Amino acid sequence: MSIIQQILFIAALGVVAWLMYRRIGIIGKTIRLGKEEIRTDQPAKRLSIMMRVAFGQKKMFDRPLIGILHFAVYAGFILINIEILEIILDGMLGTHRLFVAPLGSFYRFLIGFFELLALGVLIACSIFLIRRSVLKVERFQPVRHREMNGWPQLDGKLILVFEIVLMIAILCMNAADSALQDLGSAHYPATGDLLVSQWLKPIFTGWSESTLIVFERLAWWAHILGIFAFAIYLTYSKHLHIALAFPNTYFSRLEPKGEMKNMPEITQEVKIMLGLETQAGDTAVPERFGAKDVADLSWKNLMDAYSCTECGRCTAACPANITGKKLSPRKIMMDTRDRLEDMGRNMLANKGEFVPDNKSLLGDYILEEEILACTTCNACVQECPVLINPLDIILQLRRHKVMDEAHAPGSWNMMFQNLDTNQAPWKFSASDRFNWAAALADSGTQENQTES
Amino acid sequence: MAEFAYQVPTMADMAARGETPEVLFWVGCAGSFDDRYKKVTVAFVKILNAAGVKFAVLGTEESCTGDPARRAGNEFTFQMLAMSNIQVLDMYHVKKIVTACPHCFNTLKNEYPALGGNYEVLHHSEYLQQLIDTGRVRLQGGEVFKGKKITFHDSCYLGRANDVYEAPRHVLEALDADLVEMKRCRTKGLCCGAGGGQMFKEPEAGKKDINIERIEEALQTGADTIAVACPFCMVMMTDGVKNKEKEQSVKVYDLAELIAQAKGL
Repeated sequence: MSIIQQILFIAALGVVAWLMYRRIGIIGKTIRLGKEEIRTDQPAKRLSIMMRVAFGQKKMFDRPLIGILHFAVYAGFILINIEILEIILDGMLGTHRLFVAPLGSFYRFLIGFFELLALGVLIACSIFLIRRSVLKVERFQPVRHREMNGWPQLDGKLILVFEIVLMIAILCMNAADSALQDLGSAHYPATGDLLVSQWLKPIFTGWSESTLIVFERLAWWAHILGIFAFAIYLTYSKHLHIALAFPNTYFSRLEPKGEMKNMPEITQEVKIMLGLETQAGDTAVPERFGAKDVADLSWKNLMDAYSCTECGRCTAACPANITGKKLSPRKIMMDTRDRLEDMGRNMLANKGEFVPDNKSLLGDYILEEEILACTTCNACVQECPVLINPLDIILQLRRHKVMDEAHAPGSWNMMFQNLDTNQAPWKFSASDRFNWAAALADSGTQENQTES
Repeated sequence: MAEFAYQVPTMADMAARGETPEVLFWVGCAGSFDDRYKKVTVAFVKILNAAGVKFAVLGTEESCTGDPARRAGNEFTFQMLAMSNIQVLDMYHVKKIVTACPHCFNTLKNEYPALGGNYEVLHHSEYLQQLIDTGRVRLQGGEVFKGKKITFHDSCYLGRANDVYEAPRHVLEALDADLVEMKRCRTKGLCCGAGGGQMFKEPEAGKKDINIERIEEALQTGADTIAVACPFCMVMMTDGVKNKEKEQSVKVYDLAELIAQAKGL
């Protein structure tokens, strides 16, 4: 019996490892489609940002209650996963609770603590589910936010249900285990009553040893297979943020939010036009200005897309979205990821090579109307708990629209023309720029007279 | 004070006299051409004069920083303007710049260095705070604003873009008025709707204009003065007040205008 379980376990572990490896590979490959950008300077500062924002979840505490609940799920998941190590070793070696012997009485304390965390996760996830489904928190509702239609909305709820089921499995497993210990079952080393699961033990009074063993095994398998399935699921889901939040905060932008990235390829041309530099023979003219598709964005923009957990704090703070415009910063990130996922599938279907599909991020996923509505106010950037920058993508798309496609609203073209001819966005003559001072000179003299 | 007349020296004048100003006042396009914002320029110049600051302006040698072009996606126009401004600024060996426009401030401070223009750049809220802190601007009595309720509208390019939240508030506190905050303020401040080139085009279809959303929030505070620190915010908030037909009871002023009023300038 035990050996069959061991073989099954190792087989399951192998399949999961292979699926994860393949999936992570394709995610990495699509992120590397992006352009190079150096984000490794100032490592100390980066580390400190990651510690505060990802480990410490600083930004989640903007809303203290939600921050605490989210922290409970986060801490629970990270720490309970230590237990996975024991479960995997048990599964492979055919042992049971391998760590009881070396850890002694500390084992009971440790598992009791994990149970407490599991209870926290259970409660927090239930509250989150209620917020999504019953209280209908606005930013999650597809009625109001079209990007949440279908899969994203289901994904958000599935994850919570998944986590709730996993936590119930842990507690049931431990309770049945403890009941078996009371019966003196041979394979179950004594741990003593555990902090939370002891309250579930009365369920098992009067169960026979064999029924209990079957139940305990079922709960054990449900828990570990659940975790395996969850691990694979999360790479397809918005839940990828639990891993990517760390590198994503580490590699975040350190410049002031107001600063737009310079385009050195244009600086070169402008210098030639102003006669500051002579034509260098071998200057490579870039094939495209700004971004039309994901490959024109930087790898960090693409990692941002995979890191997005679709919480919608950005969209809830976006002045354009608040006032009913089509722009939603969350949709910008989701569209970018959708495009990457489509390209990844394309690669998988074509032996790892991307075969052009006549689609592009701008046009087929993100609409011109959306990027035009942005006021560049940085509210979305400010809000993101994992330091995603939707504005950076919007501005690169605008650059493509205006410079490569020469397509801008008529009034913007007027503004450009004024800037080119009068050095002001309005139609005023450059020679009148200092006229305001004449009025001041008059008022100065007048006031001077009344004073004296 | 008898022979006092406001001075607006240009860099060219100063250079001809072989003098160097403490600071260059970057007026900006709105400050030069927009009738409403010209009053802010004038107010700020009066304050500089009264404080005895040795400043200069570029006059007709100033051009748009290029911010609206860059935000709208036109990098060529931005860089053309930026490069020629840098040439002018470097020709006069400008070290320190103060401007009443957060968009100019952000561009000069954060974006010119990549093109070779390195200056110490201050927004006029920061500069005014320095003048107050060092006693060069003294606000005596505080009779003008006693009991008045003022709310400050954060400009995105000052606040989130550059983390300047407190300087304008310190300046307003010096007025001895009753400073009330809107629900969305500081990092959570709501945009007036004009940034990112929106000032120069019609908004996309939606259910409301952004400045209306913002002015409703400002009016809810019960303030009789809405203080702004940006020419675009000034336009949007003023339009909002008009839309709500509150021009008689609610006024929109720039920080510099409020200081000038308090000083009776």
